[in-house]
Amino acid sequence: MLRNTFVLLIIGLVIFQSCFSGEDKYVAIKVRGSDSEVNLVQALAENFMDQDSLVSVGVTGGGSGAGIAALINGKTDLANSSREITEEELEFARKANVQPYPIVFAQDALAIITHKDNPVDSLSIEEISAIYSGNIENWSNVEGGNNETITLYGRQSSSGTYIYFRENIVKDEYKTSMIGMSGTAQIVDALKTDKNGIGYVSSGYLSENIMKDIKVLKISSDASSTAYFPNKENITSGIYPITRPLLQFTNGKPEGKLLEFILYQFSEEGMKIIEENGFYPADYSTYNKELFQK
Amino acid sequence: MKKRLIEDLIMKQIFRLAGVFSVLVLIGIIILLFTNAMRAFKHIPFSSFFNISWNPSAYGEPSYGMLQLLWSSLLVTIGAMAIAIPLGIGAAAYLSEVAPERVRKIVRPIIEILAGIPSVTIGFIGIVLIGPFLARAFDLSNGFNALNGAILLAFMAIPTIASVSEDALKAVPTSFREGSYALGASKWITLRKVVMPAAGSGIIAACILGFGRAIGETMTVLMVTGNATAMPDGFFDPVRTMTATIAIELGEVPFDSPHYYALFVLGFTLFIISLGINLLSEWIASKFRYKVS
Repeated sequence: MLRNTFVLLIIGLVIFQSCFSGEDKYVAIKVRGSDSEVNLVQALAENFMDQDSLVSVGVTGGGSGAGIAALINGKTDLANSSREITEEELEFARKANVQPYPIVFAQDALAIITHKDNPVDSLSIEEISAIYSGNIENWSNVEGGNNETITLYGRQSSSGTYIYFRENIVKDEYKTSMIGMSGTAQIVDALKTDKNGIGYVSSGYLSENIMKDIKVLKISSDASSTAYFPNKENITSGIYPITRPLLQFTNGKPEGKLLEFILYQFSEEGMKIIEENGFYPADYSTYNKELFQK
Repeated sequence: MKKRLIEDLIMKQIFRLAGVFSVLVLIGIIILLFTNAMRAFKHIPFSSFFNISWNPSAYGEPSYGMLQLLWSSLLVTIGAMAIAIPLGIGAAAYLSEVAPERVRKIVRPIIEILAGIPSVTIGFIGIVLIGPFLARAFDLSNGFNALNGAILLAFMAIPTIASVSEDALKAVPTSFREGSYALGASKWITLRKVVMPAAGSGIIAACILGFGRAIGETMTVLMVTGNATAMPDGFFDPVRTMTATIAIELGEVPFDSPHYYALFVLGFTLFIISLGINLLSEWIASKFRYKVS
């Protein structure tokens, strides 16, 4: 009995010790934030880890707000955000002695989606704004629409897409009856069945498979101009009107493995992964110049 | 000193420590909730919590009205009770008075398993099953509404109501029933006129506990009720409960912001509600117990 305990103790000590002996070399990077970015950064992280066995990158979602809050509270190394940091958040960061350092690593477009039987084909930015702020409540008020009340689907306030869409497209309070969904997938699922619904999702999420079950609208920047579909050609050339930069924030200028991971995202391989996930590589030459200076 | 006495002394102290610990945890929670909630009033006037709409991360001026959230929570919970109370008491009556021992031994654990299903699983059932069903049955465009939440919460409250009610019914002395049968009363009359009234306080306490279970539930309602901040007109409108609001927003708020403390005001209000409910059920249970014995 006593001998068994002793043996167990020795084994325990050996395991315990081996955990610590590698500590100085092994690095764990925590990434948190935007749900729009979570799949992409997960894919990047997995490929990065394949090349470097001494690093682990854990990516979780929760929304851009959650990511930035975690960065300020010191609970994450890298915050994914699909929107800019707000004045208020900067204020809190200053108080917590955190210097958010922005990185633009990809570009995204927001698609406006409806049920696949909805006869409406295109909307202008003004119409989208009027629909989401509650000034247009019936589909018949836009070209080709049925006489049905519009059901609004959006995200919850922790989502960067929620904030980005409100600040840049709606430019007003959301109508209070908007249904707040926990994620992009939920919005898509809801629009598979809701004939009168409308939703906004990151275009990166819309694979061929998903587009079979819903309808993606063409968008024009104003009532008189042409409406464009959010495909690669229209997004990269800039004529599709709802595009946004995908951001990441670190506390101060990144160093070491964290910098390596960020630079990996800009590598040729990283860019390929970005495109495979339905997003577009960023033009880093202006925004992220400092990162590449040794 | 004898070994037996030392052993008793040590065990007594250990159990006392366990008891004191749980009381300390409760006191700690109350202090934390209260002090954080109080800090909110430094930034936000007390009266603004009595406005209708809650929108702390607004495009324009943030608003911290709790009334819509409070009404949403009550609407969903009352709906859940309307379903769960008859079913729960019915199940308890069946198990305690009607069911043969063999059936009881199977059904009772099944009801208790229902209580153990994770709320996120029940929420999932709400999204894929109850939601589409409600949309079709009532010709709605979608199933994200208070009724969906109420139905799911009813599932979750039934085990509480059924098992506590059953205990209350079982506690009624057999002599009461025998007396009733001796007077020629049927089983149904005995249950309705003798056993139920005798167990009344316990049954009411069970319902109140079920209410408490439902109003505090978070994940399920967050998943299925749509979380819209508009004042609901009825069960077919989407609602946003207090619990869902805390769960959605607590992850995004910067520490030490008015919004952060405002969420503690919500939490404190919820705490007061459930404390009140528990005290009420204790009070009812103790006040009417004397009548029986």
